[in-house]
Amino acid sequence: MSAAFRVAHATRSSQVGLALASLAVVVLALAPYWGGREHLRLLAEIYAYVALASLWNLLAGYAGLVSVGQQAYVGLGGYALFALAMLAGVHPLAAVPLAGALGAVLAVPVGALLFRLRGHYFAIGTWVMAEVFRLIASQVSVLGGGSGISLPAGIVTSMAASRQMREFLVYWAVFALVVTVLVAIVLLLRSRYGLALTAIRDNEIAARSSGVDVGRIKFAVYVATASGTAMVGALIFLQKIRISPDTAFSVNDWTAFVIFITVIGGIGRVEGPIIGTAVFFLLRQTLADLGSLYLMMLGAVAIAVMLKAPKGIWGLIADRFGWQLFPLERRLVKPTTRDA
Amino acid sequence: MVYLNALIQGVLLGGLYALFAAGLSLIFGVMRLVNIAHGDLIVLAAYVAVLVMQALGLPALPSLIVVVPVMAALGYLLQRLLFNRTLGADLLPPLLVTFGLSVIIQNGLLEAFTADSRRLQAGALEVASIRLGEAVSLGILPLLQFATSVALIAALQLLFYRTAWGRAFRATSDDRAVAELMGLDVRHIFGLAMALSLAVVAVAGVFIAIRTNFDPAIGPARLIFGFEAVIIGGLGSLWGTLAGGIILGVAQAIGAELDPGWQVLAGHIAFLAILAVRPQGLFPKVLS
Repeated sequence: MSAAFRVAHATRSSQVGLALASLAVVVLALAPYWGGREHLRLLAEIYAYVALASLWNLLAGYAGLVSVGQQAYVGLGGYALFALAMLAGVHPLAAVPLAGALGAVLAVPVGALLFRLRGHYFAIGTWVMAEVFRLIASQVSVLGGGSGISLPAGIVTSMAASRQMREFLVYWAVFALVVTVLVAIVLLLRSRYGLALTAIRDNEIAARSSGVDVGRIKFAVYVATASGTAMVGALIFLQKIRISPDTAFSVNDWTAFVIFITVIGGIGRVEGPIIGTAVFFLLRQTLADLGSLYLMMLGAVAIAVMLKAPKGIWGLIADRFGWQLFPLERRLVKPTTRDA
Repeated sequence: MVYLNALIQGVLLGGLYALFAAGLSLIFGVMRLVNIAHGDLIVLAAYVAVLVMQALGLPALPSLIVVVPVMAALGYLLQRLLFNRTLGADLLPPLLVTFGLSVIIQNGLLEAFTADSRRLQAGALEVASIRLGEAVSLGILPLLQFATSVALIAALQLLFYRTAWGRAFRATSDDRAVAELMGLDVRHIFGLAMALSLAVVAVAGVFIAIRTNFDPAIGPARLIFGFEAVIIGGLGSLWGTLAGGIILGVAQAIGAELDPGWQVLAGHIAFLAILAVRPQGLFPKVLS
């Protein structure tokens, strides 16, 4: 009898979702052949925000670690790429995984310190840590100190001879990274660790009493998201070709907007950051003429969603229609005659 | 002698940080609200002072007669209309809502006043000082700030432990549900706490605007110093907040003496070092 049941992840909506996602991957991978330069830049920026928000969602939405200091790792990744390329002669694209490894290595001692703090103190501690990273970066004079530095032309042209090919390479790199991040998160959530994380999201005490090693899983998630965030940061600043402490460790750009995106889309759901990023860029592209008014509206929208629909846009859709884009649900299925 | 001077200047600077932090400490202690917009509200108070000085022709410090009630009223309204809806077991809603408010205030000030940096003129007060020996001199303005900070914290302390309001604040801090059962209107109490917090913010805003240049973007850095002072001092302890501010100020002054680029970094490192040893802060009064 016990062997007769099995766990099903997919639903009809997730089958449709997966088909649409596969189609989107093919179409977007070919974007250099159908899109102009402006499209590629915008898409790469969108991917970077989808990746950052998905990683923050894993950290805060699932593991319950509300960090307001992930800009520490965005900046670290960016600076690591510049340092490796300029001082060690590493190819910029090869420097991206190295930046990710550095993010993971540094996240271990940093996390060990921050994990002594709980709740509010953890959040503030992460921010102070990011400020420490920013101030240290502004002391490193070979990387431009406080005023920042541009990637030398020789290194930029070493990636590819033509400007167009360079833009394609960076585009594909960001695209590959965001797809990897999303696939990794979906696979993680389907694994037994994902079950543990979902349990932590829903009720930490209940998860603990069911035998989940909450502390260890949270720490692993912290280190993994630090690594992913550092890789995204490396590619963001490879695309910008210029880095400075204030842009690299910006709390507004890499934390406030990322939190707004995640909450607007729906925190604690894989679809949330994707929907949220779409809303963020729709607002930005339509209201760009309004200058800083658009940022005020973004803040107001985030507040309104938090107060009126704390599950976000995708939370409303999922509750209303029961949809899921990715096969993450767990249902016990009775054996069919074929299974038996 | 150089380090004695650094120590004294650090203590005085710490008074300013305690002024940033007192309002935060109050609402953090009473309702566990982490107000990310606190630094931006300090900057907003400075701009309100600019407007009041222009409109009424008042000097900087007397403008507080208008700025304090305006900010207090804003605090009460913000709490009743916005923050009260976010309080609960989950720390994300207040964090996100105050982050949103922070972005709104920063960009609103940018629209209204441009990114140009400004300063409030306070005449001779800005440069007046007392000399004590060869290497040490005390600015009248920092001394006045420090005295104001100590006086404000003493007044808040009295209010907390000697008045009916204070009893209500402490009761809701200890157990909101029981306080409500005893007939307290917690939403109103929280509104009063936020009004008080922003009244202190008004004083901090005017002092910082006299002491340094300010522009719409400087809020978050002030916020971090304030949080550090609150956390070093320990949750719910106002004198602890003053001690936290002083520790932070002294660490920064000594760091600056070693290398001007290390001033802020030294403060952050002192903060992290204290947290590594005592995650609950030095003098906690309330369990977090």
